Amino acid sequence: MSATAVNIAQVHKHFGAVHALKGIDFSIERGEFFGLLGPNGAGKSTLINIMAGLARADGGAIEVHGHDVVKHYRKSRMMLGVVPQELVYDPFFSVREMLRLQSGYFGFGRENHAWIDELISVLNLQDKALANLAQLSGGMKRRVLIAQALVHKPKVLVLDEPTAGVDVELRQALWEFSSRLHKQGTTIVLTTHYLEEAEALCGRIAIVDQGALVALDTTSVLLNRHPYRLLCLTTQDVNVQLPAALAAHVVAQEAHSLVLRLHRVDDPIGAVLDGLRSAGVQIQDIQLREPKLEDVFLHITGRGHA
Amino acid sequence: MNWRGFYTLFAKEVWRFMKVAVQTVLTPVVTAVLYLVVFAHVLEEHVQVYPGVSYTAFLIPGLIMMSVIQNAFANSSSSLIQSKMNGNIVFVLLAPISSLEFYAAFVLAAIARGVMVGVVLYVIALGFADLPVQHVGILLAFAVLGSGLLGALGLIGGIWADKYDQLAAYQNFLILPLSFLSGVFYSLYSLSPFWQWVSRFNPFFYMIDGVRYGFLGVSDVPPLQSLWVISLFFIVISLIALGLIQRGYKLRR
Repeated sequence: MSATAVNIAQVHKHFGAVHALKGIDFSIERGEFFGLLGPNGAGKSTLINIMAGLARADGGAIEVHGHDVVKHYRKSRMMLGVVPQELVYDPFFSVREMLRLQSGYFGFGRENHAWIDELISVLNLQDKALANLAQLSGGMKRRVLIAQALVHKPKVLVLDEPTAGVDVELRQALWEFSSRLHKQGTTIVLTTHYLEEAEALCGRIAIVDQGALVALDTTSVLLNRHPYRLLCLTTQDVNVQLPAALAAHVVAQEAHSLVLRLHRVDDPIGAVLDGLRSAGVQIQDIQLREPKLEDVFLHITGRGHA
Repeated sequence: MNWRGFYTLFAKEVWRFMKVAVQTVLTPVVTAVLYLVVFAHVLEEHVQVYPGVSYTAFLIPGLIMMSVIQNAFANSSSSLIQSKMNGNIVFVLLAPISSLEFYAAFVLAAIARGVMVGVVLYVIALGFADLPVQHVGILLAFAVLGSGLLGALGLIGGIWADKYDQLAAYQNFLILPLSFLSGVFYSLYSLSPFWQWVSRFNPFFYMIDGVRYGFLGVSDVPPLQSLWVISLFFIVISLIALGLIQRGYKLRR
């Protein structure tokens, strides 16, 4: 039996003249917490939609737990739970009704009602179980969407921007919940705009840009791949003047604070500090900040936030 | 076959219209009864279409079938476009439900609503005229095939339309004229030869005429001929609807 949870093979997708996915090719192993990052319009959602059967690829194939998402769509969909990005809901039904309907779509009957009640409890929806979905807050609707995605106990859970627009408390709760699912063996695929979220949760990350895969590695290797780190200084004097060689490294300067971007190999910290002392800069405090995923992301994509 | 998935989708569609039964069942019944009151009052003493059959008795089967087919169309089309506009269609599209199961669930729910409206209307109409059913089997065949055909047309409309406005145009400029000009209020033979010829291309005419045969035992054309025409239309429209669902037209990008 293959250890691959999701296998994406040379997937192409066009929207008119736009080549939205240009031969995307990678695998996600079973039990991984996998991050799929990219700027807006990079093709992340299109890829997820093809995986879930909400869109059709023009070329290539995707398998979920060895089942082709087109040829064996019933089996692949049984393996996959998707939390959509948009807060969609059916205004005719209550939370419990909707979960039971969703369970029925996947072929389950009364035997699954206990699991539905457990999901309602775990996601703190007990007070809202009988409430109409239209009456729920955005955060509550997000919890219901997660419950809906889990109602058939999928092996792979796709969270498409799950924490977009939710408050800090709920975001923390969702992090904990997804971590718990991951520990229980569920493969998690996360797309997010919050790069610190991906950095904290994901073991491996793929970065997609303009429909192409531009990076794929473990989070730690990706972070180490970034060639720069930041030297944050607090100086005794205000707005110190630096020699040209050092001034070229300054990325931020304000009153007593100075931030220099240094190449790991080409700019040894000792030499930089010597240069500062020679220039008469008196240093009160030093902090070295290792690169964050955001720095890596910006470096690879060469643009703004994901 | 995902029987439970199919049944759940069908049950959900029935549940949906039953949650708003005042709008989906009661309102069309009241509208049809108003037609009945007004037209029967005006024409009862002046018009006799078939010998020995009062105008009210002639009118009721047509009104019942018109309500059945209009509501069957409304059920599948409005449910689908609402799901598309709200985005909750993804819940069904993400599930292991085949195109055939999707089609069958929506069409059967449309039949359920159409027949329910028809039965309630018939019970109320009995207060206006003595109208025993002459051929139950034929009546049921036309009610089921007719509402199934309109349910499938509603599916096509709901899939095709990107906004409510487009669906309203489809309903008001196609379904409504065809159902009104199908012989609900008159016999085919009261028309000029040209319009008789034109009316024979209107599938809704055969539905109304067949149902009228089921109630009264008389009709403008032989019921078997009507049954063939409706069956053919049902098959063709169903194949188109199934093809659209299978292709994912305007459903899966």
